[in-house]
Amino acid sequence: MAFAIPKETFSGKVFEVTIGTDKTAVFGGENVLPFHSFEGSVPHRPVIAYEIQDIVPDDWPETVKKVYESVSGDPVIWAKYCQDTLNAKAIALRLLSTHPDRENRSPEDAAKTVKDVLAAINVPLIILGSNHVEKDSSVLVAVSEAAKDKNCIIGKAQEGNYKTIAAAAMANNHKLVAMSELDINLSKQLNILITQMGFDKERLITDPMCSALGYGLEYTYSVMERIRLAALTQNDATMQPPMLADVGMYVWKIKETQASESELPHWGCLAERGITWEAVTATSLLMSGAELLIMRHPEAVKAVEKFIDELM
Amino acid sequence: MALTGVEIFKLLPKTNCKKCGHPTCLAFAMKLAQRQASLDACPDVSEEAKRILGEASAPPIRPITLGAGDKAVKMGEETVLFRHEKKFVNPCAFAVEVKDSMSDDEINKIVDDVLNSEIDRVGQKLRIDAIFVSNASNDAERFEGVVKSIASKAPAVPLIIATNNPAAAEIAVKAVADKKPLLYGADESNAEAMANIAKTYKASLGVTAKGLDALSALTEKIKGLGVEDMVIDSGARTAKEILEANTFIRRAAIKKNFKALGYPVITFAQRDDKIVESLIATLGVTKYASIVVMSSIEKWKNLALFTLRQNIYTDPQVPMQVEQKIYKIGEPTPESPLTITTNFSLTYFIVSGEIENSKVPCRLAVMDCEGLSVLTAWAAGKFTASKIAQFIQESGIENEIKHRELIIPGYVAILSGAIEDKLPGWKVTVGPREANGLPAFLRSKA
Ligand code: B12
Ligand code: SF4
Repeated sequence: MAFAIPKETFSGKVFEVTIGTDKTAVFGGENVLPFHSFEGSVPHRPVIAYEIQDIVPDDWPETVKKVYESVSGDPVIWAKYCQDTLNAKAIALRLLSTHPDRENRSPEDAAKTVKDVLAAINVPLIILGSNHVEKDSSVLVAVSEAAKDKNCIIGKAQEGNYKTIAAAAMANNHKLVAMSELDINLSKQLNILITQMGFDKERLITDPMCSALGYGLEYTYSVMERIRLAALTQNDATMQPPMLADVGMYVWKIKETQASESELPHWGCLAERGITWEAVTATSLLMSGAELLIMRHPEAVKAVEKFIDELM
Repeated sequence: MALTGVEIFKLLPKTNCKKCGHPTCLAFAMKLAQRQASLDACPDVSEEAKRILGEASAPPIRPITLGAGDKAVKMGEETVLFRHEKKFVNPCAFAVEVKDSMSDDEINKIVDDVLNSEIDRVGQKLRIDAIFVSNASNDAERFEGVVKSIASKAPAVPLIIATNNPAAAEIAVKAVADKKPLLYGADESNAEAMANIAKTYKASLGVTAKGLDALSALTEKIKGLGVEDMVIDSGARTAKEILEANTFIRRAAIKKNFKALGYPVITFAQRDDKIVESLIATLGVTKYASIVVMSSIEKWKNLALFTLRQNIYTDPQVPMQVEQKIYKIGEPTPESPLTITTNFSLTYFIVSGEIENSKVPCRLAVMDCEGLSVLTAWAAGKFTASKIAQFIQESGIENEIKHRELIIPGYVAILSGAIEDKLPGWKVTVGPREANGLPAFLRSKA
C-alpha cells in the first residue's frame, strides 16, 4: 500500500487583522489549521502582547510582580519598558483601576491614561476594561475616543454591553474584542449581533474566554478548535475573526503560580513553575487556534516566541 | 473501516444453524456490526473470513503496551483527530532519556527522580512513565550494564532500549526481556536483525525512517517479518516537522485506515532550554504523540505537563466528578465545621486539599451538580438555595453534628439568606472566595 499524503485544503480563511499606525502588527490570514503551513498558507505569526495595567499590580504573584517592580507604578513607564527593553510587539493596557471594587476611577481618568500611554509608544495598543459589564460600557467609550484613529483593539464587548462599545470602536476606527462564555454558539451569536450593528466583521477579534492550564483549559482548547474548524470547513464568516487568548490574567491567579516550594516540595521551583505554566497554557491555545495572546512574564513570552520560530 | 452488517453477512457460512445463539447468520452479522457479539461464537466461520473481519474490526491505531506489570502503559487505539469529537483514549507516556555515556551518579539521580516523580492530581496518580536508555557510548557492554542497573533499581518502570546496533540491542533486550521493553532503533539498514530480536524476546519495536513514505514501507516490511507491535518515528525533530508528520500519520490512520502508519508515535522533545522543551512536549501532548521523550524531568515541568495531559485526555462530554456524599476530613467530632461544595473533581480536590492543609477536622458536603464547578453550577441552576437545603436535610447530617452552621463558598455569598430561609434553625456562614483562603479561615474559627 503506497502512502498518499492526506493533505486537507479548506474553502474558508481567517480574517487578517492589522493593528497600530506607526509600527503595526498583523495576525490571522491563514486558510489552514494552526501552523499547518504544509498544506496551505500561514502568512503571519501569532502576536504576543505584554499586559500592563493602570494600577500597581499588588495581587500579581511575586514571580511576575518583581519583574516590573521598578516600572509598574506608572503605566507610561511600564509601557515604554515593555516596548524598549522587552521588545514587545504590542501592549495590552488593562484599565483595572476603573472597576467599582477597585479605585473606581472615572472614564475621563482612563482616557487620560490611554492618551499618555499612546504618546509614549509606537507599537500597537490593546485597551481593555476592568471586565465590569456596566462600567466598561462607559470607560471603553471614553478611551475609544481618546485613542481615535490609532487603530487600537478595544475590549471586551460582551453580551451585556456590546452595543455602546462596538459603536464607539466603529466611530473611532478601532478593532474590537468580542468575548462570550466558553460556548461556540454564544460566540457566534455575539459576533452576529455586533456585525448586525454595521460593525465590519473583518475588524472583530473573538475571545471565546480563556482559562488556565488545570483550570478549564480543555474547554477553551476545544471551543477554539471548533471555532477554527467552522471557519475553515464551513466557510462561516461569523467564525472567521482571529482569536484572542488572554492568558496572563488566568494563569497568574492560580495556586500553581503562587504556592512556595517549601509548602509543596513535590511541585518544584516556584519561579520556573509559574513561567512554564503561562508558557504551556499559551502554547496549547496556539495549537488550538489563538492568533493573539496577552501574556505577563517576559521569560514565558520568550519561550513561546522561540517555539513559534520553530513552527513557522 | 468498520464493515456493515450486510458486508459481514456475505462472509459468514449462511447456513443459519443457530449455533452462535442467533436465529440467522444475518441476525448474527448485524450484532457483529454493532460490536455486540464476538466472531468466536460461530464455530464454522472460515479462516479467510476471520482474517478479513479481524482486520476490518482492528482499531485504526494498533494498541501497544509499553512495559509489563502495574506500571505498564497502554498506547494507541485512538479514534479521532479532535478531542471534542470523542475522548482521546490512551494518554501519552512521558519518558526521560538516560545516555549510557553519563556517569553512574548522573544516571542514578535521573532514575531516582523517575521513581519519585509521582504526583496526585484530581485523584489521579501521574508520573514519568518510562526511561529511554540510549547507547550514546557505542559500547555494547556498557549499555547492557546500564540497562541492567536501571532495571534493578526501578524494576517496575517500563524501558525503551535505544540503539541501532543489533549486537548492543540483543544483549540489552535479553537482559530485561521479562519487562516487555520497547526496542527503539529499527531502520532501513538493520530491519531484519532488529525484527528478529523483537520477535525472539517478545519486545515491541520502535521503527524509524526519514519521511512518511520510507516509514510506511519499513513498517510493512517489518510486519512481513512477523513483528506487529511497533511504535513509529518519522525522523521529525523540529516543531514544524513534528506537527506535520504527526498530523499526517494520525489522519492517514484514522481517515484512510492506512495500516502502515496505524501505530503509536514517538516524539522527541529534547532541547537545551528546559522551558522550550516543555513547549515541544506540549506540542506532542496536543498533537498526537503516544510517547514524548525529554532530556530532563524537573518537578515543575512534570507538574505542568501532567496537568496538560490530564486536561487534553479528559472526556469532553462528562466532566470528571466525585460521588455525592458528606466527606470526613481528619477526624471530625460533632462540633467540627461543615462546609459545602459541588462534585466537580477539580473543585473537590482543591477544596479538600486546602481543608487538609488547615489541619482542622472538618466535614465537606459534596453535592451532585453533574460535575460542574461552583460558579458554573450556580449559573446553571444546579447549586441553588433550595437544592442545597434539600440535600442537607436528606443527607442525615443533622443526626451527626451538634451545631447547625453551614459554610458556603465565597463566590456564592448571594445564596446565604435564601438557604437560611429554607433551612430553619441553620446559620449560613460565607467562607472565602478562593479555597486557598480556607486554612486561615478555618483556623480562625477553631
Ligand atoms: C470551565 C467553565 C465552564 C465549563 C464547565 C466546567 C465545569 N466542569 O464546571 C462549561 C463550558 C461547560 C461552562 C458552562 C457555563 N458557564 Co462556565 N465557566 C467555566 C470557567 C472558565 C472555569 C470554571 C472552573 O472550572 N473553575 C475552577 C473550579 C475549581 O472553581 P470553583 O468550583 O469555583 O472552586 C473554587 C472556589 O469557588 C472555591 N471553593 C469551591 N468550593 C468551596 C467551598 C467552600 C466552603 C469555600 C470556602 C470555597 C470553595 O475554591 C475553588 C478554588 O479556589 C469559569 C470562568 C473562570 N475562569 O473561572 C466560567 C464561569 C463559571 N461560567 C459561567 C457561566 C455563566 C456559564 C454558563 C451559564 C454560560 C454558558 N457558557 O452557557 C454555562 C452553564 C453550564 C450549563 N448550563 O451547563 C460564569 C458564571 C457567572 C457568575 N459570576 O455566576 C463564569 C464565572 C464565567 C464568567 N462569566 O466570567 N463553564
Ligand atoms: S453459528 Fe455461524 S453459521 Fe450458524 S447461524 Fe450463527 S453465524 Fe450462521
